[in-house]
Amino acid sequence: MKITVKSWFKSGSPWVWMNAGAVSISVVMVVGLLALIAVRGLGHFWPASIMTAQYQVPGQSTQVVMGQFADEEEIPTQRLRDAGIQGFEEQDLVTRQLLKVGNRDVSGSDFAWIIEPWLDNIQYPEDAIALERREWGNFYGFVKEVRHNGAVVATGSEAWDALNASIERALTIHNDIYKIEKKDIGAINSKLERLRLQQRGLELKGEATPVALADIEAQRAELNAAYQVLEKSLGELYVSFTRDTVVAETVSGQAVEINVSKIVRAYQPNAMGLGGKIAFYGSKIWEFVADDPREANTEGGIFPAIFGTVMMVLIMSVIVTPFGVIAAVYLREYAKQGFTTRVIRIAVNNLAGVPSIVYGVFGLGFFVYFLGGQMDALFFPEALPAPTFGTPGLMWASLTLALLTLPVVIVATEEGLSRIPKSVREGSLALGATKAETLWRVVLPMASPAMMTGLILAVARAAGEVAPLMLVGVVKLAPSLPLDGNYPFLHLDQKFMHLGFHIYDVGFQSPNVEAARPLVYATALLLVVVIAVLNLSAVAIRNHLREKYKALEV
Amino acid sequence: MSEQSIQSAPGVNFDTPAVLRYRNVRKIKDKTARYGIATGGLGVIAAILLIFFYLLYEVMPLFQSPEVELERSYNMPVASANSLYVTMEEQAEIGMQVSSAGEAVFFNTEDGAIRKTIALPVEPGVTVTSAAPMAAGNNMMIAGLSNGSVIVFKHEYRITWPNDQRLITPLLTFPYGEEPIVLEAGASLDKVAVRDAEEQLIVAGASGSDLFMVRFLKEEDFLTEEITLEREEVSLPFSGAAARSLLLEPDLNWLYVLSGTDTLTQIDIRSGQPFVEKSYALTAGKNEVTELQLLLGGISLLAGDSNGRISQWFMATNAAGEDELTEIRSFQQGDAAITRIIPEHRRKGFLALDAEGVLGLYNTTASRQVMTLSVTEGVVDQAGLAPRADALVLGTGNQMHLWSVENEHPEVSWSALWDEVWYESYDEPEYIWQSSASNNDFEPKLSLMPLAFGTLKAAFYAMLLAAPLAICGAIYTAYFMAPAMRRKVKPVIELMEALPTVILGFLAGLWLAPFVENNLPAIFSLLLLMPFGILLFAFIWDRLPLNVRTVVPEGWQAGLLIPVVILVAWICLAISGSLEGVFFGGDMRSWITKDLGISYDQRNALVVGLAMGFAVIPTIFSIAEDAIFSVPKHLSYGSLALGATPWQTLTKVVLLTASPGIFSAVMIGMGRAVGETMIVLMATGNTPIMDANIFEGMRTLAANIAVEMPESEVGSSHYRILFLAALVLFIFTFVVNTLAELVRHRLRQKYSSL
Repeated sequence: MKITVKSWFKSGSPWVWMNAGAVSISVVMVVGLLALIAVRGLGHFWPASIMTAQYQVPGQSTQVVMGQFADEEEIPTQRLRDAGIQGFEEQDLVTRQLLKVGNRDVSGSDFAWIIEPWLDNIQYPEDAIALERREWGNFYGFVKEVRHNGAVVATGSEAWDALNASIERALTIHNDIYKIEKKDIGAINSKLERLRLQQRGLELKGEATPVALADIEAQRAELNAAYQVLEKSLGELYVSFTRDTVVAETVSGQAVEINVSKIVRAYQPNAMGLGGKIAFYGSKIWEFVADDPREANTEGGIFPAIFGTVMMVLIMSVIVTPFGVIAAVYLREYAKQGFTTRVIRIAVNNLAGVPSIVYGVFGLGFFVYFLGGQMDALFFPEALPAPTFGTPGLMWASLTLALLTLPVVIVATEEGLSRIPKSVREGSLALGATKAETLWRVVLPMASPAMMTGLILAVARAAGEVAPLMLVGVVKLAPSLPLDGNYPFLHLDQKFMHLGFHIYDVGFQSPNVEAARPLVYATALLLVVVIAVLNLSAVAIRNHLREKYKALEV
Repeated sequence: MSEQSIQSAPGVNFDTPAVLRYRNVRKIKDKTARYGIATGGLGVIAAILLIFFYLLYEVMPLFQSPEVELERSYNMPVASANSLYVTMEEQAEIGMQVSSAGEAVFFNTEDGAIRKTIALPVEPGVTVTSAAPMAAGNNMMIAGLSNGSVIVFKHEYRITWPNDQRLITPLLTFPYGEEPIVLEAGASLDKVAVRDAEEQLIVAGASGSDLFMVRFLKEEDFLTEEITLEREEVSLPFSGAAARSLLLEPDLNWLYVLSGTDTLTQIDIRSGQPFVEKSYALTAGKNEVTELQLLLGGISLLAGDSNGRISQWFMATNAAGEDELTEIRSFQQGDAAITRIIPEHRRKGFLALDAEGVLGLYNTTASRQVMTLSVTEGVVDQAGLAPRADALVLGTGNQMHLWSVENEHPEVSWSALWDEVWYESYDEPEYIWQSSASNNDFEPKLSLMPLAFGTLKAAFYAMLLAAPLAICGAIYTAYFMAPAMRRKVKPVIELMEALPTVILGFLAGLWLAPFVENNLPAIFSLLLLMPFGILLFAFIWDRLPLNVRTVVPEGWQAGLLIPVVILVAWICLAISGSLEGVFFGGDMRSWITKDLGISYDQRNALVVGLAMGFAVIPTIFSIAEDAIFSVPKHLSYGSLALGATPWQTLTKVVLLTASPGIFSAVMIGMGRAVGETMIVLMATGNTPIMDANIFEGMRTLAANIAVEMPESEVGSSHYRILFLAALVLFIFTFVVNTLAELVRHRLRQKYSSL
């Protein structure tokens, strides 16, 4: 069947195709976006080979470059000419590579753009090493010797093994130091602070009798003594921690002495087999999920952010579920249906569309400054003028998000309640059950899948919401987790870290965006995965419950 | 009958005490549940309403009228006739008067009791003839003496806390020594002025029509850091009537002299040989200028005339490109002559008093007469304002009156928020948002217009992408798509909705923005080539033999098109570089800035449009899809049975019926775009500019709140304006959503009746 263009257009078929195109574009956009995040996020942990090459910029002396390949792009040569780089008058486009050259302490910057045609003699030397350091970023070069207290203990080919042993030892000491500094000394500090507040409280109440003060003083002396002991052992640990140094040479032949205590990990990517690379990849991912951030959040892990997000969402769920359900039950089961309930319903529905930043403003003004200020004056006068709850914190963030997600839970629960046939309720009432019993034993269990849906949607929304949190309690770097071993264990007044805010902060406020970028992709991927997993597991629970109560719905 | 049967049931007693008790407990439980749930439910709903009322509560003070109340009256510590100047310290607890006898008298503002009297280093027989502060909000003062000398001093207050009680101790300091500076021996100085700048100290005085000025150059010793002054006499070129006011501009460019009826002489004092820059007739000779003061910051001059009019002047470039003093705005207090103008110390506002005893409060930026109030019958002789502008002392005759002033937000007015305002140092009225700066005498520029404009601009570009894609997609998904595919596509779109906006914003800012910048031709060729590519493929497909086409069932076109979309996108990217070389001289970005003269930001409205469009698509899609899908099937079957093609049925029947639903989908999408924060925050440079250019950024209301709220001082005008912005967003989205909801509700009723 041959058709002409004219008759084809007349049939309307092209327009159908155009509409189909809209769907395809949307789908491609979503899938492409997820793929982009996944590839960039996961690729970051793979140990890329270290390249050395000669780099010949026309008219300049030849340099040797060394680093890991990070990115590549084609750019118009016009742009190079505008920047004053000559040599490509003939062609339009040229490829340039972004090379992670590291050695920020030596060369000043982590990354360098390299114009590909000017590279020559590319090699991947087996003994090239990468050192991940606690400061100054990565180091690339070759190991020359390892020293203990300044005395050379290994050189040449033995140096690599000696270095690994040294790092192993330093990491063990680092763990001990970490444990003492964060856990033991942290606990003592928290107790001392509590004693200070106790004393101030007594003074405020006018009960600061010499007996009470002496008691406090005794406790304080005890803590201080414990602190002295810890400090002494800490000092010893630090001495032994900084024992080893490694002398390494950059590709341009400059020798650098690095203290092993500053090294987190050393590896030779060019010498690794596939198995080694996979193991390395696994350990990097574990570090990412389970470790604290380093170097202004641009390196290391994001564990505190994951923990903070989960805590916040949990507390929010605990608050939002009962209130949302009660409001929905009231609206559907107890309130007299009429104009008022309809207005309330529309209002609740529309609150879901109110911009989240508005909730943030409300939370800051009402919860933090108003409620928090009142609470401080009533319950924590001893800490004033330092605010306890009168400053953004975990509790206010959770409350604000609970308010934000309240409409979601109400709407979903109400919908579930409205689907329960009237006959079920009437049957229960006819058997002599009171309204409360009917509600508790019959209606609510049947509506539980709907409630679960509401809660899931609420959690998914809360986990990804950032704008209001920026006002009510999220920080870029929290000194400690909101849940720890120090009284009162759950610190509702503390500020916390959050995955979404971490992305914003590291991606946009960080001094070294180029270095942080892969980590931001990885964090974004994790957030997407968390939200997807939350959704999926919740949907699974919902389906399970729905099956369970299916018999009733007939 | 049933009762009988129950009673006759053998061996069953329903009224045993235990059963009765149990029944009671159940009844109580039921009641408790009823009231508990009602309270809880109403409480939750009240909490939601609370948001609105709390925002309103925080915004209300902006629009409250100020209150000025008389607190105390007492005898003036220094009689009016001998008093040259009165002022107060920060807490408004202590006032100070400078008397012509050469004493600084500190007194309690509560009751006029004298706290301390400190004598200025004045020789016997010499009186103080004039006193003036260096500037509004500065505690350095100058006193002119009858023998032609001046004394430069500071009044300072030391705060101590003996026994947890605040104690303020006043003192005088002399930063340049206690020795009076001789300006012109023997001349009684009627007017004096002083400016202490980084590198020089200038002292000026007037005796009748004679003007004197001395410039001291400061030299700092490198070792001791001691400052020595090097005196430099400057002769001022001035001839005319007696000088009635003498003002030194803070940058030490100009000396303003008021003489005659309304003649203002502007003298250039930058060099060693000052010259008259220009003379102005401030009221064009119509009235007498009775008071001249500098506003806080010293950029603006305030001139009050005998007719009760106060005009604000500052240097601006006129149409001919020359800088000249320009009358910016004026206020009319009454008919009586203005006797005093007192600039506020922290804000661009001032107080004015006139000959009939009327007090007026003004703010220049807001162009607002905040209030007028009759404070006394006649002329107020003495007036001093506290630095926080919360108290005022007025002296009439020998009585001193302490007034409390509550004037929290004078800088906010309708015109300040929404109209063009002529700000200081600008050449014309403009819309500007610039809420804070480092220095104290900064004029806050609180126009919400650039923010509102930015919000609408971002929403507009987002809708430009989202509305067609989402609606077309919804039409196809609801009406043409095979059910099996629909079941797969809908979750994908839902996933799109669940994506946190912070991720979209981060991708837009860090990946898309540089990508777009490097591949501009690809983005624009995509717009052209994508429809063309789809049509081309469709045409070829429809011409294929039937047995090939039936391999893919009807309703799977979208699946077929996915590779086409990817291919077209790839082609556009691949040819992007060549296009740049051929049409745009190698680099489209520089072509736009250089050849078209359009400025280009990397993070611009195009990027925001793409990213936010992506965020809005699922919202519009799901509501529109729902509306189209629930159009009763018999309508379309009827149309198809009458011989209409599916496309005709869609446009003439289905879309017409569903159009209110699609409309409400677009409205809700719009609501989301307007309130979206993170994407805009991350994908634009957040500069509050008013320019519709797609290659420039913007700042939206929501992003502005996120950026500025954490740093805003609680209770300040800035804080409340941010609340106002939140309230505006709240009301806007609420109204839009309610309208959309009502439209959908009516549509649902229509469907059920069909």
